[in-house]
Amino acid sequence: MEKTDCNGPVLEAVSVDVFSTWNNHIQIAGVDWKVLPGEFWLIGGSNGSGKTDLLMTAAGLRRPAAGSMRIFGREPARMSETELLQQRTRIGFVFKGGGRMFNELTVAENVSLALCYHRNCPVEQAWDEVRAVLEITGLAPLAGETAQQLGEDWQQRVGLARALALKPEVLFLDEPAAGLEASHCQWWRDFLEQLSAGGPGSGGRKVTVIAATNDFAPWLGESRRYALIKDGRWQLLGEQSGQPRIN
Amino acid sequence: MYHAYSNYAGGKLMGLIQDFHGLGALLLITLGVAVTKSHTATAVMSPLIRRQVNRAGFRLLPMAAFLAVALGMVVIGQTVLILNRFGAQSYVGTVMVTVVVRELGPVLSALLVLARVGAANVIELGTARALGEVEALEALGIDPIQYLVVPRFIGIAASIFALTVYFILFALLSGYLFAFLEGVPLRPGEYFRQLADALIWQDFALLALKTICFGTLIAMVACYEGLARPLRLEDVSRATTSAVGKCVVGVVLLDAVFIVVYLVL
Repeated sequence: MEKTDCNGPVLEAVSVDVFSTWNNHIQIAGVDWKVLPGEFWLIGGSNGSGKTDLLMTAAGLRRPAAGSMRIFGREPARMSETELLQQRTRIGFVFKGGGRMFNELTVAENVSLALCYHRNCPVEQAWDEVRAVLEITGLAPLAGETAQQLGEDWQQRVGLARALALKPEVLFLDEPAAGLEASHCQWWRDFLEQLSAGGPGSGGRKVTVIAATNDFAPWLGESRRYALIKDGRWQLLGEQSGQPRIN
Repeated sequence: MYHAYSNYAGGKLMGLIQDFHGLGALLLITLGVAVTKSHTATAVMSPLIRRQVNRAGFRLLPMAAFLAVALGMVVIGQTVLILNRFGAQSYVGTVMVTVVVRELGPVLSALLVLARVGAANVIELGTARALGEVEALEALGIDPIQYLVVPRFIGIAASIFALTVYFILFALLSGYLFAFLEGVPLRPGEYFRQLADALIWQDFALLALKTICFGTLIAMVACYEGLARPLRLEDVSRATTSAVGKCVVGVVLLDAVFIVVYLVL
């Protein structure tokens, strides 16, 4: 596999157009964006503005309709399956609305699945790492529960734990705190802050965090970078000291 | 009016062609993944395959045995009685092989697996698709075809073959038991000799091929209807009924192809 530059941009989009999931129309046009390692980005946009489609395209889960999207310096469309697989293990993705937990598996099985798959080992061999992720995400007491037994607040955390199991270098989060109760929202803000600063769950390095939200207000903080999707257009707001607004 | 009918027929024909194309593509991809990734993530895949074999095979064995025994007593036993009435006991073996081994065993086993497992697979996969679990697998670097389709394909194909063998054994034994209880003067040794004489080696090969074809058809249609297109939760029931209908028609058509092969042999 071609070596990627560790100090280069994590993500680089040049004139990217993003497809909508459902109607295959272009949802967002002309995305020019560069994300450097360790940055904390917040992508704002109202519901239906295309935040999910953009994140999935940026994470290499979908192809852009036009333009060039490079992740770790490489275009997913031009990579072999083995290279793509290797790249996927460097990227974490937390889906909105319950994290898309695998319903038939327990919390621990959800978290261990990717580890066991990529290392070709039984759960027992990956258990120490799984337990560590469960503990830092507060899921250890729920390890044996299935999705049906968990509320959405906790399911969302399972999505996060599952993404962190592979110790990703960049973490995409699609409206991670939307619809959660206040204590959970606070937990998410604190946890992502720590993760971005190289705290627990980060594997000892600053994790690049890219989160989509329909409200910037709860996420305001230092060293944040902002971008906005409005009326199908991409707008970079950069690092703002004031309070950026979505509407 | 004429245009409306021709548009309707044209639409159906195009849909059929698209389905054939999609099913063929899915089958080729599945076979490719099954072969190229046969040594990848075996620690995760082996339990999944065992689970599918258990679900479509072992757990259906009591139901298959019940159907086989009932069929053996009702149909085969009566056939033996009638043949005996006309003094045609020497044809018992030929009739049994033709009816049970070549036709009823494979077809009923396939329909049993379709009803109990194939339909459930469409619901599971359709729900997983609608809830975005397929994308979640991709995000974790897990091949959805390997994780979701290959175990079902192997499980259903292997299970229909195994269930058919048991089905045939149970049906032939219970059929003889019924005839014996009815006082038909046919000794067990003679009954089994007739069966052995009526069987040719092609029967074994074609039985294996036919059941694997049925299994492949049911698994592919179930996975195609559940996974191939973006679904919403409300689409899952429609996808399930569509898959069951297509599988029944497909099994009957495949069976007709095999009848032609038997006639040629």
